Amino acid sequence: MTTPTTTGVKGGIGVSVRRPDGEPKVTGNFAYASDLSSEDMLWGATRRSPHAHARLIAIDISPALAMEGVRSVLTQDDVRGNPMFGQEEQDQPVLCNGVARYWGEPVAVVAAEDEETARRAAAAIVVEWEALPPVDDPDQAAADGSVFRELKIRRGDESAEGSVVVEGFYETATQDQAPLGPEAGFAIPDGAGGLDLYVTSQWIHVDHRQIVECLGVEPDTIRCHPAGIGGAFGSREDISLHIHVAMLSLATGRPVKMVYDRSESFVGHVKRHPSRMWYRHEADDEGNLVKVTARLVFDGGAYAHTSRAVLANAAFFTVGAYRCDNVFVDAAASMTNNPPCGAMRGFGAVQTCFGSEMQMDRLAEALDMDPLDLRRKNALAPGDPMATSGQIIEGSLPTVAVIDAVELIPLPEPLADDDPLLLPGGTGLTTPASSVVRGVGYAVGLKNLAFSEGFDDFAEARVVLTSSGVEVHTAAMEVGQGLVTVCQQIARTVLGIERVATVWDDTSQIGSAGSTSASRQTQMTGGAVHAASVGLRTRILDEFNGDDLDDDGVYRDGQLVATIDDICTNGPVEYHERFRHPETFPPDENGQGDVHAGFVIAAHRAVVDVDPELGLVRVVRVDTAQDVGKALNPLAITGQLEGGIMQGMGLAVMEQLVVDKGVILNPTFTDYLIPTFLDAPDVETRIIEEPDHWGPFGAKGIGESPTISSTPAIVAAIRAATGKDLTRVPVLPEDIIGI
Amino acid sequence: MKITIVVNGEKRVADVSGPDSLLSVLRNNLDLPGTKDACEQGECGSCTVKMDGATVCSCLVMAVDADGSSVTTVEGLSHGDNLHPVQSAMLAEGAVQCGFCTPGIVVAGASLLESNPHPTELEIKEALSGNICRCTGYGAILRAFEAVTGEDT
Repeated sequence: MTTPTTTGVKGGIGVSVRRPDGEPKVTGNFAYASDLSSEDMLWGATRRSPHAHARLIAIDISPALAMEGVRSVLTQDDVRGNPMFGQEEQDQPVLCNGVARYWGEPVAVVAAEDEETARRAAAAIVVEWEALPPVDDPDQAAADGSVFRELKIRRGDESAEGSVVVEGFYETATQDQAPLGPEAGFAIPDGAGGLDLYVTSQWIHVDHRQIVECLGVEPDTIRCHPAGIGGAFGSREDISLHIHVAMLSLATGRPVKMVYDRSESFVGHVKRHPSRMWYRHEADDEGNLVKVTARLVFDGGAYAHTSRAVLANAAFFTVGAYRCDNVFVDAAASMTNNPPCGAMRGFGAVQTCFGSEMQMDRLAEALDMDPLDLRRKNALAPGDPMATSGQIIEGSLPTVAVIDAVELIPLPEPLADDDPLLLPGGTGLTTPASSVVRGVGYAVGLKNLAFSEGFDDFAEARVVLTSSGVEVHTAAMEVGQGLVTVCQQIARTVLGIERVATVWDDTSQIGSAGSTSASRQTQMTGGAVHAASVGLRTRILDEFNGDDLDDDGVYRDGQLVATIDDICTNGPVEYHERFRHPETFPPDENGQGDVHAGFVIAAHRAVVDVDPELGLVRVVRVDTAQDVGKALNPLAITGQLEGGIMQGMGLAVMEQLVVDKGVILNPTFTDYLIPTFLDAPDVETRIIEEPDHWGPFGAKGIGESPTISSTPAIVAAIRAATGKDLTRVPVLPEDIIGI
Repeated sequence: MKITIVVNGEKRVADVSGPDSLLSVLRNNLDLPGTKDACEQGECGSCTVKMDGATVCSCLVMAVDADGSSVTTVEGLSHGDNLHPVQSAMLAEGAVQCGFCTPGIVVAGASLLESNPHPTELEIKEALSGNICRCTGYGAILRAFEAVTGEDT
């Protein structure tokens, strides 16, 4: 399957190499965090608040402690260090500290000899509550100043006016990442008062910082290890059971395992923020955007998590991939008693892409213009200022190219078959194929790359040559996306050596790689691997005065002058790198400045079939053209594009957590609907390669793009099919029928 | 109580209690963690095994009801480096990302091909519609199965 690269090494960049973790995964031998165990381990369980907002009057742990097999019951009083944790703000108690602020907030944790006893003991704890009225209206919370962040963007002339005006109000529901692997952790005492921790994570170093602070121990006594992860999509960027499992293990001196079941997982991690967005777009008669005004309210739920950064992303992508000189945005992330929200694939840009792309379609309609022509006319290009921040776009941004490419993909044949598996509603449908209406819709989505607003964003990697090959050491989390191959490919291409393995280090062995989020690891850890590989190659060639390197050794003028064993005579040779992307800055008081490190763009086209009587939708296809900078592993890119589209489709027509007065009503896979094989549309992809100004070989991260504009493309297609003015996702049958 | 199951051709005895599922017995008693636990409601298919010839969600089978049965898990489909054709095809087509759904899809897919060696695209989709994959969008999985059935023809 692999073909030689230009440098001659096999398995380098640009080819579809297979995952080294693939074989253990298909045979069932890959160790996920939830698969870890030991003979002498205890099981942990969590007691949670049954109220979205309540005062903790009294807690009696004695019934749990009295149960046979129970070894420890811990509450907030047992937290030895900082009682609060949080990635950006330490605002959440490790265990309830007198007031429960969301439904399912952890109150106490139990360790027992078996799983069943641990769960029964957690339930046996007697907790007395005084229920308080939950704050569940994010608009009211924002009006009351109960916010994690407010962000104002003031750019251009507020008195500017366009001749064509469209206004709209849009909403997006709470979406769950629903990774298939549940939250899981395994803590092993090291016999010297410390712990080795294996917990599902996207960023073990930021976990480590919070864990040691809350445990009140020296940082080097705790080692966080990269564990096997069953998907993440943002849900593992914040702490879940990490501190709890560590506390239980320290308290008992025994290994402790904790695994959330699905319902607990739904309350145990942050969600995609539900949003309410009011928009006003103004354009001149030719369709040039003149002014965009918007108000955004994102419900952050009970604790901060990454709400501040999510809100900034939402605000800075209010206008999407278009030029506009006059932009005025008021954005707020509310603090409520709803489920805490944080990172999910697309990170704020998803919500405003839905709002702004719906607006662009309506503007095209008002202008009597082709919606793609309107987008091309206003398309943001390198050298242009961002409509919101005013930042000049550096690097590549092929906005028109992705629009052109997706438009050229052939459309599918009309629906001609009455096979119920091809009709909206499947076998439940009573409408014949002839009554089904088809619609086509487009959307374009822009996203920032890596961390923004002046965050000190870096990734470390160490590339080591040993006599048996090259090891790439990193603490970056492989959550399924395929960083494992990208690291190998970059090292192979730079070094010229095929034998490369990726080695996952723990927090004591290497510095942070940063989070596996923000589409950043291909560029950040990939950038570190690239720089470290260049450094190592230079070091080796210099030492032997050589001019080339491969699996046999160093060459000079075509002659082998040193074997790999010669190079490693005094032990392995290594090079360590800490890689940073171009510097970013916090926005000024008007939301202006160079806040982002780079940008990535995609376009989607959706084709849907709709049964207008029952309001049922079948998403027939979603095609995409994706800006990738440089394609390092085309097979992995295709996987990201297809998988990301499916999550965008989920938000478009299926996925929503139903929250009533702070309580999640559907925390199961029975009631929270995720696209299945039969729901899945066909997907055709086009990869656009225009190398970026940073990142290895000009590559960009593409993990989030596919999820951003797929949602509005599908909604646009349903609008085209039905003529309904759809303003909320997911689009439900009642929205289409109009009841 | 003690139950006896033939797992992957080997007779195994497990001491189970009333609420235990076949899934928990495989994972926790018999040291076979390849079968995954993701929803415990029979919705996601991660725990799919073959039991007496039928694919089942092992989370929905009471352990006591599995007494005397013959069960094949993902661990039983490969022998050393000798992978099942479905496993090889999934590797080749990039059908594995996080891999948590993979064992269930391998078992369900292998079972499909036993009863229907040349399924149509829709038959593949229908047979695997009880197996949720959150990473791949199913495209690569479909291509893997089409590659397997294509080789056979």
